Amino acid sequence: MQTDDRQSYYAGLRFRMIVVVVLVSLAPMALVSGIILYQFSSYSHQMVHAHLGELVLKHRQDIESFIKQRLSDISHLSKSFMFEQLQDSEFLQQRLWTLQEEYGFVFVDIGLIDEEGRQEAYAGPFELSRADYSRAEWFHKALKSPGYISDVFLGLRGHPHFIVAVRRHWRGSPWILRATIDFAAFNTLVETLSVGKTGTAFILNREGEFQTRPPKGEMKLTKEQYMSLFRKSDEALLAREQAGGREPEAQDVGGFLDDPLKESQVFTFKKGGESGGKFIIVASFLKSNEWLLIFQQEYSDAFARLKRTQITAGFISFLGALSIIFMAVVVSTRMVKRIARLRTEKEMMSQQIIETGKLASVGELAAGIAHEINNPVAIMVEEAGWIQDLLGDGIEDGKNLEEFKRALGQIETQGHRCKEITHKLLSFARKTDARVQTVQLNDVVTEVVDLLSQKSRYANVEAEVSLQPDLPPIQASLTEMQQVLMNIVHNAVDAMEKTGGKILIRTDADADQVRLSITDTGPGIPESSLGRIFDPFFTTKPVGKGTGLGLSICYGIVNKMRGRIDVESQVGKGTTFRIVLPLKEQAGKKHP
Amino acid sequence: MAIAQVLLVDDEVPFVEALIRRLTKRDMAVIPAYDGPGALAKLKENARVEVVILDVKMPGMDGIETLGEIKKAHPLVEVIMLTGHATVESAIEGMKKGAFDYLMKPCDIDVLVGKVTEAAARKRRHEEKIIEAQIREITTRRT
Repeated sequence: MQTDDRQSYYAGLRFRMIVVVVLVSLAPMALVSGIILYQFSSYSHQMVHAHLGELVLKHRQDIESFIKQRLSDISHLSKSFMFEQLQDSEFLQQRLWTLQEEYGFVFVDIGLIDEEGRQEAYAGPFELSRADYSRAEWFHKALKSPGYISDVFLGLRGHPHFIVAVRRHWRGSPWILRATIDFAAFNTLVETLSVGKTGTAFILNREGEFQTRPPKGEMKLTKEQYMSLFRKSDEALLAREQAGGREPEAQDVGGFLDDPLKESQVFTFKKGGESGGKFIIVASFLKSNEWLLIFQQEYSDAFARLKRTQITAGFISFLGALSIIFMAVVVSTRMVKRIARLRTEKEMMSQQIIETGKLASVGELAAGIAHEINNPVAIMVEEAGWIQDLLGDGIEDGKNLEEFKRALGQIETQGHRCKEITHKLLSFARKTDARVQTVQLNDVVTEVVDLLSQKSRYANVEAEVSLQPDLPPIQASLTEMQQVLMNIVHNAVDAMEKTGGKILIRTDADADQVRLSITDTGPGIPESSLGRIFDPFFTTKPVGKGTGLGLSICYGIVNKMRGRIDVESQVGKGTTFRIVLPLKEQAGKKHP
Repeated sequence: MAIAQVLLVDDEVPFVEALIRRLTKRDMAVIPAYDGPGALAKLKENARVEVVILDVKMPGMDGIETLGEIKKAHPLVEVIMLTGHATVESAIEGMKKGAFDYLMKPCDIDVLVGKVTEAAARKRRHEEKIIEAQIREITTRRT
């Protein structure tokens, strides 16, 4: 039972140590890792945003310069030749070939349109000679501007395309030279901005219509979402203009504030797609804010590197935590084993001290006992001598026979007395038995008082006991209990050896505890010594008389029993030792 | 006529009784006492006591203290201390205080008788010397 208690105590201790070591070690690690990860994450976001912002800006410039270049090509053509020359379709065809030779098949066709919207000349793969554009929206817009770039539309040819057109005047009437830009070539240009696995670029107009190929599959957002990008970009642009070039908070592109690019109107958004995927969107206006160049990438793709780093950091932290836990278990197990070993050693040592103290007590007792034995021995010797004396007178004397009997009886009586004395001493001096058993405290008191009766008698000390008759038994080691009482009573008798006095030993109990008090009327203990009397090797007795272990042993024994021992003393009046031993504690949990 | 007038003081009654029997058989007149005050009382009653056999260790007034009192009240009475091993030092102290000798308990009866006889003789010698001195003083005064 005691071993089980001890094992469960050590198991609990080990568990508590592991928990404390793990908490103390992991908490700072988690804190530092968290802070580093957070810092890295925000730095990573800033970097990704800045990088994408730069890419989009560069791409916008590329696209704008492409379109402007095409417009400039047409403008150059219109300015280099007379209206009559351009009216010739053959001539126009030659110009188209020249342009196609120069730029590849970026230009699909070229047409010359008069102010009525009729196509005067046409060079290209479609049958559009004499086509009528008077109702076409682009035609009217083109008439109003010296240079015009249309949105993508199907037009008469039924294919998506957009045109660049320049307006010129001949003999007071406007005419228009327009060229169709190859949709595929334009798409290819826009789509060259491709980052990671999902990063793709496209262009939207203000009606939410795609001006290039739309993103595929799950990448596609709703029209409303795309329209909202326009709105937000407009708002951001307005706010930026109002702030004098400073970017608004909501759409700040990280790290752009101090960058020359801050004037360049790149806006970053985070959007959730219909399929639940999250996207990072970087947008920038094109074509006088009519188009929006949009770069869209899946969030997880954009921050794949961050994710990889997080996973690596997490894995390293996990390994770190595992090794900490492993070390905590190993270290705690070793510590607990060491504590258990030290405790066992300590118990063995205190057992040895108790043994030593006991021997010292026996030694002190021996002097008194020797005298006590000497008395009956002296009587026996005298009685035996008396018998010899009588034998000298002759054995036949009947009167002597009676005397023989009496003397022999006396010898026997004194022999028994000797036996009793030696028995008492031996019963005290036998090997200390630390086994916990049921002990009746009153019996221990009676026994010790009896053992010290002779010493008390010669010291003129009267020992009085006041024992509660129905005192509940305690769970203790009998010999240890004897020793506690023996040491205290012995000290009291010693203290009053010269003056004589009284010792009162009292026992009583309640439901929870048994109390034992030893009060003497001796000289008392000075205040200066009172705090040290339970210290080992502290003694006020002359050298060679006391070991200074007695009360320290008492303290150790009572403590081991989860009891309490204290002392109260007044110089000149006497000393009282009070020992309180718990009943419940002993019945339940014994010494751990 | 007894060899010596003896007062035996010991708190052990059977011991006192046994020793009285043996000393009496050896022609000594022995009276018992069982503690210090008792011994002093007996001495006061019996002026003829020559030798006191006194146990060192007794409850209450111990042997050394009793010796002091005896020597104070009856300087001529010789005291033989009886002692066990544990109180030899006390007995030696008693010698310094005027005890005639000391004996270890249990003691050989012949040795004890010898010591008592010697002590009684010394006491008598002391008394005789005192008497002689007194006679001499009286004679001197008359002449």
